[in-house]
Amino acid sequence: MATNERSFVQLVWDFFCSLKLTIFLLISLALTSIIGTILPQGQLPPEYVAQISSMKLEIYSKLGFFDMYHSWWFITLLYVFSLNLISCSIKRLPHVFKFISEPVLVLSDSMRNSSSQKKEITFTASPDKAKDRLTEFISKEFATPIITEHNGEFHLFSQKSVWSRLGVYVVHLSILVIFIGAIIGSLFGFKGFVTILEGSGITSVQTNNGKQIPLGFELFCDKFNVTFYNTGAPKEFRSTLTVLKNGKPVPSRTKVKVIVNDPLTYNGITFYQSSYGQATESSEYYFTMTPRSGGSSDKFAIHEGEQITLKDGTTFKLLEVTQEVRQFMPEFSGPAARVEVGYKGKAPQTFIVLKNYPEINAQRGDDLIFSYDGSNARMYTGLQFAKDPGVEIVWLGCFLMVAGLIIAFFLSHKRIWIVITKGHARMYGNASKNHAAFGMQFDELAEKLSNLKF
Amino acid sequence: MTSSLFFNLTTMAYMTSMVVFFAFLATRNKALGVAGSLIAYAGLAVQTAAIGLRWKESYDMGVGHAPLSNLYESVVFFSWTIILIYMFIDLKYKYRIVGAFVVPFALLGMAWAQLGMNSGIEPLVPALQSNWLLYHVITCFLGYAAFAVACGISIMYLLKARHEEATKSEPAGGLMSMFPPTRVLDDLNYRAIMIGFPLLTLGIITGAAWANYAWGTYWSWDPKETWSLIVWFVYAAFLHARFTRGWVGKRAAWLSVIGFAATIFCYLGVNLFLSGLHSYGTTKM
Repeated sequence: MATNERSFVQLVWDFFCSLKLTIFLLISLALTSIIGTILPQGQLPPEYVAQISSMKLEIYSKLGFFDMYHSWWFITLLYVFSLNLISCSIKRLPHVFKFISEPVLVLSDSMRNSSSQKKEITFTASPDKAKDRLTEFISKEFATPIITEHNGEFHLFSQKSVWSRLGVYVVHLSILVIFIGAIIGSLFGFKGFVTILEGSGITSVQTNNGKQIPLGFELFCDKFNVTFYNTGAPKEFRSTLTVLKNGKPVPSRTKVKVIVNDPLTYNGITFYQSSYGQATESSEYYFTMTPRSGGSSDKFAIHEGEQITLKDGTTFKLLEVTQEVRQFMPEFSGPAARVEVGYKGKAPQTFIVLKNYPEINAQRGDDLIFSYDGSNARMYTGLQFAKDPGVEIVWLGCFLMVAGLIIAFFLSHKRIWIVITKGHARMYGNASKNHAAFGMQFDELAEKLSNLKF
Repeated sequence: MTSSLFFNLTTMAYMTSMVVFFAFLATRNKALGVAGSLIAYAGLAVQTAAIGLRWKESYDMGVGHAPLSNLYESVVFFSWTIILIYMFIDLKYKYRIVGAFVVPFALLGMAWAQLGMNSGIEPLVPALQSNWLLYHVITCFLGYAAFAVACGISIMYLLKARHEEATKSEPAGGLMSMFPPTRVLDDLNYRAIMIGFPLLTLGIITGAAWANYAWGTYWSWDPKETWSLIVWFVYAAFLHARFTRGWVGKRAAWLSVIGFAATIFCYLGVNLFLSGLHSYGTTKM
């Protein structure tokens, strides 16, 4: 029974240590990840729900396909992946530490025979003298050796970058560090989206999880601006924000320019420029109507979507307004309104009234000339906010990963032995990787060795 | 715009280089192999000048930015990195014939960009106005290019391995005798991926850092991010396959080919097929 138990434990251990499991997990993670890039994730758009059969919808939901990166089976895959990583490292690390703590100072016969890099020289000096001369040689050309006397032979052992053998394990560790950072972020951090109207402020925010969090300060939006290139493409979205603590502006956070790629951080919470809009509710838009035939002009105010009847019986409806017409009509700039005008007894017509170009408005050949005078509408800014106490740990993990990869791929543990007996010395060498390059280095060393005179 | 003339010259150079490499395959004349490489390098030099000029031209237009901002510019840069990585491997390991399987990738990119795309210089939208753009794009594309080279080498490996299996006894003659031995191809494949993998990792990390800086989330399982991770998984599997019995050789070569297919999907497919779900960069502020 005891042996059975042990063999079962052994079996489980071997399972988690196996590289085949690693390959299986990596390929599984790659394949399953595809699902979430094809199916919508999170809140399902109604059009999608409408086009998919209810049975498919139910099966996919049950399998967690609509939030697959947080589904129990994907998380399980990540857990098994971590276990595999840890087991493999635990199994192999003692072997690696042995290279560091117990270097092979004395080269056995079998290692001598199997060594692919060898060089033999003869000399007339005494072994003692030769030892001193060769120690000096290898110290200068490669690394300071450790000298051991064994069975009447001197063994000079020298090595370079033994710790490069740890590179792979640094990469493994870095993955775990990133996971830890991500877990800390999801437990103790929050994220969300908030809008602030120009000339107003917020003191609390609602996170994506629906939790209301008091900020402990007020974030005030002084102004929001958007500018465009001549092509009509957006150039800059800019909020001017001020942080108020106990009703007083914080000097370092007063009228701060916040644009995309340049956020504002205060008290560990960062606000990112994300979207914008115009507050349409209760905003008034001002127009002037002038009869072409002369006569008094008429100024009036209207809300978006509203229709009014002017004194001569003409109907006027405000369809939509924009702060910047350039994105729709690249040859013009500034605010504009799309309106629908119905002359008495005629079908209504739709056209655009520009604020900055009264002459263009006048060019319309109708009986009435309309001009757009502006509005009291305020802009609002849309900000993403986030607090993530795990993010530094994630960056530490990323740094370890890159460092580990460079060590693992581009550095190799190189060892040189020189075994000295009476009359001759033999040099052996090996490297943990990149054998071709080491071979050339060894040949160079061998060349220098054979030129030694003693 | 003189840069577009230079880009056309580049395309012609890569075309010529490919034809010369094919002639090298057919005739086994060593001089042709040298010529193929040299023409590709000349193309690289002209393309470098063209990219520099385009950069300058964007400043002359008053919308100055590195030429890495849209599909046209990225495809051109991808071609450039492919030849750059090829040059590195060619100069270091001196297997000329690899060019016949790598230069076509660069030519394909240039031809597609020059013939099928709008090459106008556009101003940068707010989302891309960041120095991270430079770090992110350069690391990603150098990584992609190394994978392109590895894919070319893997195709050679698979051809050679199949040929060796078919003609076990007699020493390989003909076309296949020009290929390096499978052992060497396997090693070259590994070396190319050894360059690509850290670069892809850096590309993902710089992307995450940028996302965190611009949006407050370093990872949001966006299709582009997810596909870059899929690519990373595939090459991680490749790196482990080399130490696993039953996975060495052909299977590893296939993983390298699949990895490059996933890379191309990550680069182009996500934007072409999955953009309906999530558009990248352009609509996000």
